[in-house]
Amino acid sequence: MKQPKIIKVSGPLVVASGCRGAKMYDMVRVSEKKLIGEIIELKEDLAFIQVYEETSGVGPGEPVYLNNEPLSIELGPGLISSIYDGIQRPLNVIRNMSGDFISRGVDVPGLDYNRKWHFIPRAKTGQKVISGDILGTIKETVLIEHKIMVPADVTGEIIEIKEGDFTIKESVAKIKTADTEIKEVTLSQRWPVRKARPIKEKFAPHEPLTTGQRVIDTLFPVAKGGTACIPGPFGSGKTVVLHEFAKWADAEVIVYVACGERGNECADLLLSFPELKDPRSGRPLLERTVIVANTSNMPVAAREASIYTGITIAEYFRDMGYSVALMADSTSRWAEALREMSGRLEEMPGEEGYPAYLSSRLAEFYERAGRVMCLGSDSREGALSVMGAVSPPGGDLSDPVVQATLRVVKVFWGLDDKLANARHFPAINWLLSYSLYHENLEDFLKNKISEDFIVLRKEAMRLLEEEASLLEIARLIGIESLTFADRLILEAAKSIREDFLHQNAFHEIDTYTSLEKQYRMLKVILEFYRISKEKLKEGMDFDKIVKLPIREKISRLKYIEENKLQEFDKVQKELEDSYA
Amino acid sequence: MLKEYTTVSSVSGPLVVVEKTQNIKYAELVEVEFSDGGLRRGKVLEISEDKALVQMFEGTLGLDVQGSRVRFLGRTQELAVSPDLLGRTFDGAGRPRDNGPEIIAKKRLDINGSPINPSSRDYPSEFIQTGISTIDRMNPLVRGQKLPIFSAAGLPHSRIAAQIARQARVLGKEESFAVVFGAMGITFEESDFFMTDFRNTGAIERSALFINLANDPAIERISTPRLALTCAEYLAFDLDMHVLVILIDMTFYCESLREISAARKEIPGRRGYPGYLYTDLAMLYERAGRIKKKKGSITLLPVLTMPEDDKTHPIPDLTGYITEGQIILSRELHRKGIYPPVDVLPSLSRLKDKGIGAGKTRQDHADVLNQLFACYARGKEARELAIILGEAALSDLDKLYLKFSDNFEDKFVRQSESEDRSIIQTLEIGWELLRSIPRPELKRIREEYLNEYYSGK
Repeated sequence: MKQPKIIKVSGPLVVASGCRGAKMYDMVRVSEKKLIGEIIELKEDLAFIQVYEETSGVGPGEPVYLNNEPLSIELGPGLISSIYDGIQRPLNVIRNMSGDFISRGVDVPGLDYNRKWHFIPRAKTGQKVISGDILGTIKETVLIEHKIMVPADVTGEIIEIKEGDFTIKESVAKIKTADTEIKEVTLSQRWPVRKARPIKEKFAPHEPLTTGQRVIDTLFPVAKGGTACIPGPFGSGKTVVLHEFAKWADAEVIVYVACGERGNECADLLLSFPELKDPRSGRPLLERTVIVANTSNMPVAAREASIYTGITIAEYFRDMGYSVALMADSTSRWAEALREMSGRLEEMPGEEGYPAYLSSRLAEFYERAGRVMCLGSDSREGALSVMGAVSPPGGDLSDPVVQATLRVVKVFWGLDDKLANARHFPAINWLLSYSLYHENLEDFLKNKISEDFIVLRKEAMRLLEEEASLLEIARLIGIESLTFADRLILEAAKSIREDFLHQNAFHEIDTYTSLEKQYRMLKVILEFYRISKEKLKEGMDFDKIVKLPIREKISRLKYIEENKLQEFDKVQKELEDSYA
Repeated sequence: MLKEYTTVSSVSGPLVVVEKTQNIKYAELVEVEFSDGGLRRGKVLEISEDKALVQMFEGTLGLDVQGSRVRFLGRTQELAVSPDLLGRTFDGAGRPRDNGPEIIAKKRLDINGSPINPSSRDYPSEFIQTGISTIDRMNPLVRGQKLPIFSAAGLPHSRIAAQIARQARVLGKEESFAVVFGAMGITFEESDFFMTDFRNTGAIERSALFINLANDPAIERISTPRLALTCAEYLAFDLDMHVLVILIDMTFYCESLREISAARKEIPGRRGYPGYLYTDLAMLYERAGRIKKKKGSITLLPVLTMPEDDKTHPIPDLTGYITEGQIILSRELHRKGIYPPVDVLPSLSRLKDKGIGAGKTRQDHADVLNQLFACYARGKEARELAIILGEAALSDLDKLYLKFSDNFEDKFVRQSESEDRSIIQTLEIGWELLRSIPRPELKRIREEYLNEYYSGK
């Protein structure tokens, strides 16, 4: 076969001739600089290559090296605590090789080939295994036990398995398949990122993914295995909300994809995660986190790949039976990368210049989430929850990316810049947002938290809705003309907004609230409304109710520490007494 | 020996097609000798086997298809850097504009730069005192941040930018400090204002200026900010200086980008701007920052004018998505005669949290900041209500808030152009205003700070 050659260069798009035999989405190396690229279109012997690195200095006539493998990443021990670019190159290794600025053509494996891991077998020689079965484990970090699974499409009998220290390329077990072929199993496997990893079965989610954020956990919860999106204009706090998820979500593994976002924000993640402690285990958060960081100034094509890289890593941990949460910030940047490449391919544009396949690609991505039964004979369950930020231009929700996302996700947290301007954070608008998981989670909340949790939530939502319509009236006729009963509703709703929904991510206690504490806070706030309403009927003076000193206590409920929840009993008692 | 081509086949706008080319690289620099002897430069935008598409930097006036000679220089656009850059003025293509000699290069740097590795970045956390209350108090700037000023036609953004350049300092430190100034498409008067201001304050000695005026070739505006940032990177990361980069006006930059995109017949995105506007702007803005174990830093202050005061226009919109906050100027305040007319509510600084608090400014800074925002928002709401219903219909509390917001604009926002308020002064003005609000209303401030500061001394 003749050596493929470049015939055209236009930004990140390179066209090469002589590529007969190449397959779609195969990885290639472009020019002597060995830039990494991917084939995105084939025309007879021409291949259209999207190059993941800056192409200046590349010209026609230079060679292209085919690889005959689609964009794949390495999965195995060493993933946790890593920081990758969009195509799984560890950024700290690149830094050691090429300094503070990223240079081109750096070729580094995603995992450390030299490091030895201690492998403890769980399966025995002679055991019959199918793909997905757990052969043994590696203690990757204190929080994560890395399970080594039988690779896909391998079924047979173990003829050898050994304990000891191995690198990820060394064989730890041998499996004899039905046609007497002997397959060696190493600690790592490769997987093409654009292909979802197989599962046995998918179920409806039933357990909440708690995030410690009151407006989310109480009003608009997301389930383990669910999908959510968070659209909003710039400055409304998308990234802060996602960072809070990454810190406090009760998933066992977190994959954070910073896709086309700010470098300084990535630096914040990278610097704060080793220091921040997981509220449940007390270990550094980095010990359960994988970060994929492709900032906005890094090559646009790698940005397109970054969310696939992220979700493949997430799926791999899900397959071990973990509950995994993936945050993608932001999918709009990914869609823009798609648009840019589509434009260079001279495809017919759809809405706003986005390619016509935008919505099907987005749906494919979000459908990789779910609560599933993993491959393997032990029927273990794993869950992958996906949360995506969307950055619509001007905060306009009619943007095609928002609309395509809303069609597939179940939870919508709508950010509101009016709230953000008044520094009400998280600026999630309670009238706009919704969650379709309320029914799925009902049993869990009733059994684990309290019978009346759902009643309280509905009551709170009712008050907030009434507040909106009352404010409308008040704007026309003045607040003084409302009845005292209505004004009490306004006071109660204000209390819900300011004392419950408002949450300061930068306050050491307020940043995380357990479900239990959320329930108790809401209970006190609504109890105030209930008793006040009765007292008002009995003829108590409205101004006196509004000025009760207990209200200042209520406003400080959020600062009660998690291990001192008994203080709520005191406040509750005080509340009952304060009307005497 | 460089090969010369006389095979120009078509010219359209700033784009030139050269035929029968060989061994040309993407993004290579090009020199074109016009038939009248003039020399212009350009860059390769697209190449196929025997054809190169060249974008001219200085326009194509006087270019003809027959007599022009094209030379490919085999390198990308570079800036010659040395410490002598300081105190000098250049044009948008990097040639001296002040009749001084050419820079003798210590190093030649590709003006496109390379992305900073995210794991090399250090998080910006050093508070910069600008002496402007609305910035220091409400939207603090930190070293390594990129904080744009969203302005509009007729608002005093130049005066604010100049005031920041004049007053910016880090508390308790004296370090080498430089200003790099990149001007794209601004008028002679505006540029003269800055030059005079820099000269009067002596700042010119530690400044490098890259100036492309409104009547200079529009295409050069593409390279102007890149030159400025390359210069800044050299000063910051090679010479350990703290560099403040002012880019004015990004709107003209984006318009030039649109011009080229249209000439290349690309599919336009929103409002005719190319689909890659976000990526392109990010490549500029993201060059600001700090690097671990390096002393210097680049703080970026782009200024842009919002067409029709519209924040959702693609230029301010995409800028806001990349930068770490924004300072928005308000026409309403400007009409009231308040300088600086910073619209506090929609303005934002994302990196403030690490830059303020105990040891940096003062412990109560963050809480009071949130409280001031909340109170001012409430006061503005009350003002709207008062317009509809009349002031008499407001509750007593709302009247207090209304009074608060008036005072806030008058005492806190307003300051003179030469007034350099220290952060402590600014904090005190804030407390003074808050004292007019009853204490139980101040829910965003911790008890201990209320105890310490609320009652006054």
